[in-house]
Amino acid sequence: MSPEPHATTPVATPGKPPGQRGEDVIHNIGYRNYDGPRLGRGYARTSLFEQSLRGAYGLGRSAKSKVLPMLLFAVMCVPAAIVVAVTVFTKAKEMPVHYNEYVILMQPVIGVYIAAMAPQAVSLDLRFRVVPLYFSRPIERGDYVGAKYAALSAAIFVFTATSVLILYVGALLAKLDFGDETKGFALGLVCCLVFSVLHGGIALTVAAATPRRGFGVAAIIAVLTIPYMLVSALQGIVASQDNTSAIGWLGLASPGSLVDGLQSKLLGGDNAFPRGEDLTAAQTSAYALLTVVLIAGTYALLLRRYRKAGL
Amino acid sequence: MIAIESLTKRYPRVTALDRLTVGITPGVTGLVGANGAGKSTLIKILLGLAPATEGGATVLGLDVAREGSAIRERVGYMPEHDCLPPDVSATEFVVHMARMSGLPFTSARERTADTLRHVGLYEERYRPMGGYSTGMKQRVKLAQALVHDPKLVLLDEPTNGLDPVGRDEMLALIRRVHTDFGISVLVTSHLLGELERTCDHVVVIDGGKLLRASSTADFTKSTPSLAVEVTDTDAHPDGTEALRSALAAAGLSVQAPGTAGAPGAGHLLMVDATDESAYDTVRDTVIELGLGLVRMEQHRHRIAEVFQAGDESGASGTDPALAPAAGAGAAAAPASAADLALQPQKGGGDVA
Repeated sequence: MSPEPHATTPVATPGKPPGQRGEDVIHNIGYRNYDGPRLGRGYARTSLFEQSLRGAYGLGRSAKSKVLPMLLFAVMCVPAAIVVAVTVFTKAKEMPVHYNEYVILMQPVIGVYIAAMAPQAVSLDLRFRVVPLYFSRPIERGDYVGAKYAALSAAIFVFTATSVLILYVGALLAKLDFGDETKGFALGLVCCLVFSVLHGGIALTVAAATPRRGFGVAAIIAVLTIPYMLVSALQGIVASQDNTSAIGWLGLASPGSLVDGLQSKLLGGDNAFPRGEDLTAAQTSAYALLTVVLIAGTYALLLRRYRKAGL
Repeated sequence: MIAIESLTKRYPRVTALDRLTVGITPGVTGLVGANGAGKSTLIKILLGLAPATEGGATVLGLDVAREGSAIRERVGYMPEHDCLPPDVSATEFVVHMARMSGLPFTSARERTADTLRHVGLYEERYRPMGGYSTGMKQRVKLAQALVHDPKLVLLDEPTNGLDPVGRDEMLALIRRVHTDFGISVLVTSHLLGELERTCDHVVVIDGGKLLRASSTADFTKSTPSLAVEVTDTDAHPDGTEALRSALAAAGLSVQAPGTAGAPGAGHLLMVDATDESAYDTVRDTVIELGLGLVRMEQHRHRIAEVFQAGDESGASGTDPALAPAAGAGAAAAPASAADLALQPQKGGGDVA
């Protein structure tokens, strides 16, 4: 299996001086065999991750594809910058918006971003049937799904964590307490991470269900916002009935409120639930359990989705 | 290259492959079968993407069941269907696919430029692929299968959707993949005529079973025969019969092909042209008898006849799609034998 040279047209071989009849000869170098390194599955997986992550910001794609993600990215960061400016100039004792709270507040913007980018990550491959080309290469189903999942989660993480970083830098500029802010920032990053992985999984699963990009966008917006609005409305009603424990339980029903409840209890933030009550211990374990189940479940569903997609 | 050993693949309702045993040697091998004959299933199994129900196979000495990943690193695959995203350029796409095969970025870029040039894509490779013609798309699909310099490529219906010129170019390209690039090729098609021109070996499967596997030469080598058609004259009211007895007397073996099917088949004589002198004998005999020679064409046995073997219609190659004319086309009008002789291209319509 050693690669044999198969160049048909003899080239300026090392033995002979090239271009005997003149130096300006264009040589047809024929076919060259490749005997360099083949880096295998791990490398292919990383490359796919990198390509998908760049694609989520329109990098390496047409100029048109860059508009929406960059615009949304700006929309996400500008308010954080304003908050910072206000804090610095008013010399406030603490930030008007907490790190976690900012992420939860900006959910609609993040939702639009996720809805736009998740179908881009998977629907195009399905619609134009590129998937078989991946699976005819060393990578396996799990590599493809894992790379896509990780890439979308990382894209959402970058999207959310950047504004959190802006807030943190601003807090330091405003000379707020370094220890407190660093702790809040670290917890904020963890909150972003949980948010990204959970939402990435849900969005990818929805997007992979349809090769039609438009359907995917609409479906993801629906899945992310409708339950959240319903939960908020129901929580409002329940709150007016003074049923505080029901508020917590209701929060399980949408991904947004799930992250909100989780961060308020475990990551030292305040939740946006009516009355702002903390979760009970039972509720906290239910929240954590559901988050883990959702993440693992969406991954398993994605694996299943691609079982038939190869070739 | 590939060794397939009593390979069976059953789906809940159909048996796609039924105890298929065949070996495939380096070179260009055609895999022929009607739709649903099991070609795609076989490719899937060879890439290690579907488990065989029974039996097994090795590709490049690697077992398909256990070493699928290693096989796919050294094998290229060109699917039958469209597989190109429209919003990226051929270069970007092929670079990405090269990296998916494990090539480092700089090598991927070099190999992409080389490969696209070899398949015949030049300036247009920087444009989004959505605007490409079918022929260009097929070239990109071939390029992505070759970019990692595999030892073997599996091409699934590479000429699908191409016009005759594009078809010829693609077939020539496939031939070059082996002769110039040194990459073995397994190409599927349902058009036998194509494979006849391109392949060293042909494997015919039908209903998941092996129908025949041999070299293309074996398929077509059996003595080339001459199809001869003559007119009747007053002296010889049945010119065909007269020629037949005269040729038989001259020591040539002559068959009247079956009458079924082809128009004018009743007036055709199939003469076994064992050597070059047979052409002269036929010409001289026709002149002696004073008959008009309507046509005299080389008639190689075609792969299509594999399917017809057993049918009583011995007149093969009636389907133009399956059988490209091996010799000259039929002359439209009677022409004198001397005119025609062995320059069949002159015997065309210009005489009439």
